[in-house]
Amino acid sequence: MIRIEHLVKSFGPLEVLKDISTQVDTGEVVAIIGPSGSGKSTLLRCINLLEVPTAGHIFIDSIDITSPKCDILKVRQNVGMVFQHFNLFPHKTVLGNLTYAPMKVRGLSKADAGKIALDLLEKVGMSEKADQYPSRLSGGQKQRVAIARALAMEPDIMLFDEPTSALDPEMVKEVLDVMKGLADTGITMCIVTHEMGFAREVADRVLFLDGGYLVEDAPPDIFFSSPKSDRAQQFLEKVL
Amino acid sequence: MNLDFGQILPSLPFILQGILVTLRFTILSALLGFTLGTLLSLLKISSIKPLRWFAEFYTSIFRGTPLILQLALVYFATPQIIGYKITPIEAGVFTFSLNSAAYSSETIRAGIMAVDKGQREASMSLGVAYRPMMLDIILPQAFKNILPALVNETIALLKDSALVSTIGVLDLMRRAQVVAGQTFLYFEPLLVVGVVYYVMVMGLTQAAQVLERRMRRSD
Repeated sequence: MIRIEHLVKSFGPLEVLKDISTQVDTGEVVAIIGPSGSGKSTLLRCINLLEVPTAGHIFIDSIDITSPKCDILKVRQNVGMVFQHFNLFPHKTVLGNLTYAPMKVRGLSKADAGKIALDLLEKVGMSEKADQYPSRLSGGQKQRVAIARALAMEPDIMLFDEPTSALDPEMVKEVLDVMKGLADTGITMCIVTHEMGFAREVADRVLFLDGGYLVEDAPPDIFFSSPKSDRAQQFLEKVL
Repeated sequence: MNLDFGQILPSLPFILQGILVTLRFTILSALLGFTLGTLLSLLKISSIKPLRWFAEFYTSIFRGTPLILQLALVYFATPQIIGYKITPIEAGVFTFSLNSAAYSSETIRAGIMAVDKGQREASMSLGVAYRPMMLDIILPQAFKNILPALVNETIALLKDSALVSTIGVLDLMRRAQVVAGQTFLYFEPLLVVGVVYYVMVMGLTQAAQVLERRMRRSD
């Protein structure tokens, strides 16, 4: 469970997130949408402390991760992240990408980490590429490997930062399919996305951000059919 | 022009033994300099200001003064300052390592900065600590990018190593001078070591190309 209380994030004089409070329950799939520059990615990146909040609190399973006493590395082990630009390690093979952190951080043996990795590659349909280097893969394949890499740490929470935005259109589906499958496993997911159809279909809840404010927080059928705020209405008119 | 290589032929083994001296000296200095340079480069990108200042000041000193002066200072001044009778080889390796560290730290710093910041974020998001992240993820990619520059640095080191002849190390250069002094022939021994240096640099360049090709495997 993630609980966000009065979260504020500023970059210098620029306040990007303004007093955000919300909660994501265990097993819930939340889509975070909004125009560019609205603070979606920043909000997501605060949850694993890639951005350090300026004020407010974030609790993960009742641990205050914004507290100075909190072991950030420990928190991150439990919160996987998938990036827009994949960020696979180019000097490691697909298998090496998946086994590195489990071996280094969790101290698993090569055999154990390899077993988990191959299992995950199977699930994302990338078993055949285990010994390839990332540069040999297509965008969609890279992103599926990146999802598997994050899952290899066996996290309870997965964060997706525009996972399909850098993909060619014909590769979007293969990644979304993997994410759909993942949503069914009961893992907690926060997804920053521009794929409205996907958000509508998969998310349990939609957070709509604009100008750093959390403007709407509603189930997808309600949000997409009758958004309360003018801003969300305008946004949906443009993107749907 | 009357060249007489026959006269220096008996001294040839003596000269060629200098290859080992020069090579050993260069490899040792390059490795130490590279290690120290990596540490310095990490100081330079540190968020702690005094560490950055120290590293930058260090670099400015070694870049701002002649190498031969640094060498003379270390060799002649060490006994005077701390009473330790430093050997020419020690003084040479010490000075060249420190000097090379100053130059390579700049190269390595640039190499680290050039690694996509997503690599850092990906490592962090997996819970990887700073040390393993640097050693396993960032530095290998940085080194791959700057390999040509590091080879240049090593080549410069190899050729500059001739400077240690001025403090009495019997390296290639010094041996040529010794033979010249014995035979009163200058052109021949100097030409011989010139060719030897050239061949060594070419060998190094070739080796670097092989290494680079192997490292490009993942592209």
